[in-house]
Amino acid sequence: MRKGFSAFNVTALVLGFTFLYVPILLLVIYSFNASRLVTVWGGFSTEWYWKLLENDQLLDAAWVTLRVAFISASVATVLGTLAAIALTRYGRFTGRTLFSGMIYAPLVMPDVITGLSLLLLFVAVNFDRGFWTITLAHITFTMCFVCVVVQSRLVTFDRSLEEAALDLGCPPLRTFFVITLPIILPAVVSGWMLAFTLSLDDLVIASFTTGPGATTLPMRIYSQVRLGVTPEINAICTILIAIVTVVVVSASIVTKRQEIERQKAERLAAAGVME
Amino acid sequence: MARSNRERWLVVAIPYLWLAALFLVPFFIVFKISLSQDVTAQPPYEPVFDLSGGWDVIRDALGQLNFDNYSYVLSWDNEFLMAYVSSLKIAAISTFLLLLVGYPIAYAMARAPKSIRPTLLMLVILPFWTSFLIRVYSWIGILSPEGLLNQFLSWLGAIDQPLELLNTDTAVYIGIVYSYLPFMILPLYSALEKMDETLLEAAADLGCPPLAAFWKITWPLSLPGVFAGCLLCFIPAVGEFVIPDLLGGSDTMMIGKSLWTEFSVNRSWTVASAVAVLLLIVLVVPIVFYQNIQQRQMEGR
Repeated sequence: MRKGFSAFNVTALVLGFTFLYVPILLLVIYSFNASRLVTVWGGFSTEWYWKLLENDQLLDAAWVTLRVAFISASVATVLGTLAAIALTRYGRFTGRTLFSGMIYAPLVMPDVITGLSLLLLFVAVNFDRGFWTITLAHITFTMCFVCVVVQSRLVTFDRSLEEAALDLGCPPLRTFFVITLPIILPAVVSGWMLAFTLSLDDLVIASFTTGPGATTLPMRIYSQVRLGVTPEINAICTILIAIVTVVVVSASIVTKRQEIERQKAERLAAAGVME
Repeated sequence: MARSNRERWLVVAIPYLWLAALFLVPFFIVFKISLSQDVTAQPPYEPVFDLSGGWDVIRDALGQLNFDNYSYVLSWDNEFLMAYVSSLKIAAISTFLLLLVGYPIAYAMARAPKSIRPTLLMLVILPFWTSFLIRVYSWIGILSPEGLLNQFLSWLGAIDQPLELLNTDTAVYIGIVYSYLPFMILPLYSALEKMDETLLEAAADLGCPPLAAFWKITWPLSLPGVFAGCLLCFIPAVGEFVIPDLLGGSDTMMIGKSLWTEFSVNRSWTVASAVAVLLLIVLVVPIVFYQNIQQRQMEGR
């Protein structure tokens, strides 16, 4: 019976992945187009990549974006991990429903609402808008994604390891750093990466919360895209895609390796506890 | 014990206070400003609560609050109501299309040999890591009148003159389906992957045809994934701004775009706030549903 389905399955996968990848592939191919007309092929050229190096505005924006993404992802990882521990380890505490609501709601909240509400907060407390307001906004919405990633690791985690350490008199804070953190580290790292790329990618929230002087790369790309498709934009998009692809693929290889080692370590630790 | 209690308290309190200050409090500010009036000043609304002015000043300010912005947004003379309806319609149709496209892919992934599943999963996630803006942008070059799709179709001889695709609602549907597809596939896949395949074998042994077995067994068991995927796509799609702005036409009405225009072009922060509050009211039921599903998934294991 399943043999009959497999032709269907293969078709679904081929069509699905074609749909997912062809637009990105076309964009990459046309970034090497010698013609200024983006839809007419005029031969191979790397001209647009060299042009990018002369575009100071774009380079400035890229630098701002990287700094925002690095700071916000790092703070969001700490906050999100704390939130994940609170939600998975502390059972019922006062205000827990509100807390989990504040974690899950930003995952689906339309960006325009988050952006507008944060802007109005910054205006109400008279906070100078710019680099730091974008960073604060990004920490707030990305920490919820980190929390969910770490939480899904914590719920499948063998708690007896922590309990054993605590029973043997290891202080909770030390237990966290010696036992818990090493085991959930792959999830924490992928949480950080997710936060980093979400921040790198955000247009709407940054546009609302920015002030004079702080323009991020998506904002710069967006204002040029509105004027039409240009090969320079294709080139910068290609560079971003290349960076993300290399980072994600290598991270997943590392995680896979760590996962194998982790299972080994967990087995060893469990054996140690038994003794 | 006292020390560990303090640590416990800090672990909860730090993220809690952060979210309260930067996620919850801003909603109250949005609500308050939606009841205020536009003025040409900095900040561009009044009343401004001056807490140092004492209780009398605050009471006076409270007295100035009114619902004018809401009657403005909710009046049929303006286009906001149409935009709400049209956003819900576009989001609902897109979610249905996403399910139609995403289900077969998720199904095929879950039935693929175990050894290649992680690779397939990664191939689905990878586009999600690449910029959303870039993915939307890539469709402009494909859908435009002299774009690649039209070139391809006329080369095939399927069309005589270019199709009008860019700046239409069709382009918005394509854009939403394309950018949200991983959000639909992932929950469906995790529901389908958990399924016990021996159930299908049992059904087949008992003479149930494959299609009937699908509707009687696979589909009901995948419903949690279907709900999660649909909500994960529907809610943000209602408030979508970038896709209708870049791919849609001037007659594509979506409330995210109206809010943005009200804020950045008309510079009316108070009307934009009223639009946001009403959008939140529209979305509160699906958001609560989604939270329940998330919570059950995280804690039910």
